[in-house]
Amino acid sequence: MAEFLQFFFSGLTVGAVYALVALGFTLIYNASDVINFAQGEFVMLGGMSTVFLAVAGVPLPLAALLAVIATIVVGLLLYHLGIRPAREASAVALIMITIGASIFLRGAAQVLFDKRFHSLPHLFGSEPIRIGGAAILPQSFVVLAGAAVVVVLLWQFVDRTLLGKAVLATAANRLAARLVGIDTRRIVALSFAVSAAIGAIAGVLITPITLTSYDVGTLLALKGFAAAMLGGIGSTLGAVVGGLVLGMLEAFSAGYLSSKYKDAVAFLVILGMLFAMPHGLLGRGRIERV
Amino acid sequence: MRGWVSPRLAALGVLAALIVLLPLTFPSAYYYRVAALVFIFGLAAVGLNLLMGYAGQVSLGHAGFLGIGGYAVAIGPTHLGVPGWASLLGGAVISGLVAIIVGRPILRLKGHYLAVATLGFGLLIAIVLTNEAGWTGGPDGMSVPRLQIHDWRIRSSEAWYAISGATFVLGAMLAYNLIDSPTGRAIRALHDSEIASGVLGVDVARAKLVIFVISAIYASVAGSYLALLNGHITPDIAGFLRSIELAAMVVLGGMGSVIGALVGAAILVVLPQTLTWLHDYEHMVLGLILMGFMIFLRQGIVPSLVEALAGRRP
Repeated sequence: MAEFLQFFFSGLTVGAVYALVALGFTLIYNASDVINFAQGEFVMLGGMSTVFLAVAGVPLPLAALLAVIATIVVGLLLYHLGIRPAREASAVALIMITIGASIFLRGAAQVLFDKRFHSLPHLFGSEPIRIGGAAILPQSFVVLAGAAVVVVLLWQFVDRTLLGKAVLATAANRLAARLVGIDTRRIVALSFAVSAAIGAIAGVLITPITLTSYDVGTLLALKGFAAAMLGGIGSTLGAVVGGLVLGMLEAFSAGYLSSKYKDAVAFLVILGMLFAMPHGLLGRGRIERV
Repeated sequence: MRGWVSPRLAALGVLAALIVLLPLTFPSAYYYRVAALVFIFGLAAVGLNLLMGYAGQVSLGHAGFLGIGGYAVAIGPTHLGVPGWASLLGGAVISGLVAIIVGRPILRLKGHYLAVATLGFGLLIAIVLTNEAGWTGGPDGMSVPRLQIHDWRIRSSEAWYAISGATFVLGAMLAYNLIDSPTGRAIRALHDSEIASGVLGVDVARAKLVIFVISAIYASVAGSYLALLNGHITPDIAGFLRSIELAAMVVLGGMGSVIGALVGAAILVVLPQTLTWLHDYEHMVLGLILMGFMIFLRQGIVPSLVEALAGRRP
């Protein structure tokens, strides 16, 4: 039981980060049909900028805030310089642009920061809390709480504000949204900014546990993408569920089967999932019209 | 001349002549090596282009087949005592079989789902190659015995230049013939509309599978050559970034253009070689160039050029 709980909590923690990355994917995808492979770089930028600001003497909360703002600026630049000039490009070309952006951002981080691994101090110390025989880092709860706050805030924003409704309308039908006077380009820019912010927050939250370096983005983007597909791409709730499920799968297969193959198990399950339920856990099937 | 020599045959003739004449300008063996790399990646890109450019099916995991071919010529002679050339053929057969097995379920998917499924497939191969250290040497890789045919041990860059150049011409010729065959017509119809071609009696699932298997075999042979040329192999050959690189070559050169695949390969092989003086800034510049090409030359280099030239003619 203690073992089970241990794996459960570590899966939940990693899963929360995957969920945030998947949420970023979903936001941008819904607003613009773009699969943003630079999503992992947002996480990296959030973590790395906080580390280097903190080293330069900026107090930690301020450093985290500045890092999130810097990442939002990068997200907006990505949209205005990379995606907007290429509208009407094919889906593959758009994927290539975001991959180019991710290579660029990784290269920039390597020059601007360095190639070493970095950590941040744990918010409530690194003394593990014992629950049912499992040792859980207080930071795990910080990650979970942070992710929950992001999800709730996003929910409130979409549900309660006019701008949020415009985001929903754009996701549902871009042409119709434009016809009722919504500036869909502003909405897409907004979705890049919010995605960047969510990614950066995930980076700040998880860095004390998993460390960060200039090249952590690639695998995070792949896992987040997989999580989004698992939940059903385009579904916000699906992204959260997909992320948590993926994190659990990884933790349990690493614990009970083989830690060498934990990445493989995650992708195997996703392949199986795609074959059995091609629209994901919560995605709606699209009916093709001839 | 015009009228009895098709433009495609002419293109192949010019290419073959270039391959023979180009070495006159090469000052050192290094140039032969880089040119051989261009032909090897060009071969893989031609295969992938059949899938992406002609059949309209995305693959973000094709480096997996590069890995199967590469490790076949490494593991065959080292662990199993199979001669290098037989391992190369064996690798191609295995790649084809793997493509048949995974292709059936994967190719039912469309768009982003197909992208993530192929991506997952490529990653799985890379993970297996990294973890089965007893066979593959793990993350550090293993050395690849030189190819030996009778008493001739092929190791010089010049020899590999000739072999890969000839294989590329052969591969391009096969691709051209395939495109014009009934299967090729069916495949091109898929690109325009799967439903329309299905209604017209094209066996959509079979056509996609055929092209997937062929493109896997192209990649496998390219992977074998790459391993034999380098004399060493690591799991990076099957990694995500390699898959992206292959897809980028296709999109960069121009979807649905055989010569475009070679141009795309040439750019992405030569560019990093010429950017080494940038040291740490290399990746930034590479990323910017990739973005720039995708934004401003959306159709790819060769189709854009053809259009520009055709536009000028009356």
